[in-house]
Amino acid sequence: MTQLPATTDKKLGLVIDLDTCVGCHACVTACKGWNDQGYGAALTDQDPYGAEPSGVFLNRVHSYEVQPEAGPAQIVNFPRSCLHCEDAPCVTVCPTGASYKRQEDGIVLVNEDACIGCGLCAWACPYGAREMEETAGVMKKCTLCVDRIYNENLPEIDRQPACVRTCPTGARHFGDLGDPDSKVSRLVAERGGFELMPEQGTKPVNRYLPPRKKDRPQEASLLAPLLDIKATGFAGWLDKLLERI
Amino acid sequence: MHPAPSVIVFTVLSGLGFGFLALLGLGIADPKGWPAFWLWGLGYALAAGGLTASTAHLGNPQRALLAFTQWRTSWLSREAWTSVAALLLLAPCALGDWLGFDVPLLGLLGAALSALTIFCTSMLYAQLKTVPRWNHFSVPLTYGLFSLTGGAILAGTGWFALLCCLALGIALVWGFRAGDLRFAACGSTLSTATGLGSIGSPRVFEQPHTGGNYLMREMIHVVGRKHAQKLRVIAVLFAAVLPAPLTLWPSPLTIGLAVLLHLTGAFVQRWLFFAEAEHVVGLYYGKR
Repeated sequence: MTQLPATTDKKLGLVIDLDTCVGCHACVTACKGWNDQGYGAALTDQDPYGAEPSGVFLNRVHSYEVQPEAGPAQIVNFPRSCLHCEDAPCVTVCPTGASYKRQEDGIVLVNEDACIGCGLCAWACPYGAREMEETAGVMKKCTLCVDRIYNENLPEIDRQPACVRTCPTGARHFGDLGDPDSKVSRLVAERGGFELMPEQGTKPVNRYLPPRKKDRPQEASLLAPLLDIKATGFAGWLDKLLERI
Repeated sequence: MHPAPSVIVFTVLSGLGFGFLALLGLGIADPKGWPAFWLWGLGYALAAGGLTASTAHLGNPQRALLAFTQWRTSWLSREAWTSVAALLLLAPCALGDWLGFDVPLLGLLGAALSALTIFCTSMLYAQLKTVPRWNHFSVPLTYGLFSLTGGAILAGTGWFALLCCLALGIALVWGFRAGDLRFAACGSTLSTATGLGSIGSPRVFEQPHTGGNYLMREMIHVVGRKHAQKLRVIAVLFAAVLPAPLTLWPSPLTIGLAVLLHLTGAFVQRWLFFAEAEHVVGLYYGKR
């Protein structure tokens, strides 16, 4: 049903730390690897070894350069995936009921057996979280690895989204953002986590943690006295002469 | 946005078809006998042909019946209902005009449902906050006026068609202008998209992938925008200005010519409608 639940029991989502993300794309490949073999249609590639390779991914890592008012620019790696919005516009536009938001945990999913592949949900999403699986003609999106997080056949340590489990720097965190005492909620509170494009009114669940303030480079170098070299002798005379010309 | 031919054909033809059917239902065009058979047939062919074209862009058209289920929230689902209801309710009127009996009320209802169908079609686009150019009441207005004008020209309504042409022309010019201001007005920028605006001003350093993807093909369509200004003029000229004088002397020849001119303008306008529309997801790629 494409009517959104008024409230959800949990708000499962991700917290992504832009400070620690090194842009290695391990989450991108882990996501593709896991979601290619279990739940729903495969994430196919078109022309993978040809001139114009293209494929479906549920997670993409951008890189931005941020120029502060003063000081050098900073590179920020920026993973982008479904934010499992509370007011998910992708769900309400769906004509068939294939898109839905789960009342129990807030995960936004696609029932691929009911998807007609009209693409309207991808248009409605401001974050580019949905990509069409052109081979099967159905829409794909992040499932928050719903087939891992509740999967009792997996060791407990693996019961989290593939992207979180694989991240070598621990930049991705998974938990219940509806519970103010959860680890992820405390992280968001401590680090000033923010939501993306709040003006779009989607009320995303996922949060991003801003890069920490960089250490200020020391005002003067320790070597400053040594660096202030005064030319003497013949070189000093030349220096003075050249200054005058 | 990618201007998919199937969607352009759908919106233009079914828009014209439902506009014409509404005028037939209201009795503004009131043919009798065999001319009624052919004119109602033309209206049905345009409306149903357009709807059929729209299924060409579906990944799984065999499941299209499921699109009737979510009318509570989805404009696409509402459109499915109103279009089918309009076509069903108008059928007795069509038969009545052809075979010479009167059907009270149904024509009025069918016309109202045709108008609702056109409104639902326009809301598919106008509802999207993610495409600021579309997220505006000029879109339903333009779609409605296109249907009315096309229908009025086809029906050979003389002065009424001329007034529709004028109104459409004004709405188009104003709609283009209003649309140009929408993206800036929506407030989304790379700063809000990444949330990095509090640190400084962000710009794209490196793209996440070297090849293309569905998002870029579908939402970041930049081909042809360089001719946008010329195409706007062509759209207004063909859709509204050139057919206007022809409508005053309705004959099969002038109606045919006016409809051809109008449709040419409508196709150009509809292509631009998609090609010029920018989706906020383009911000992440530093493109629009």
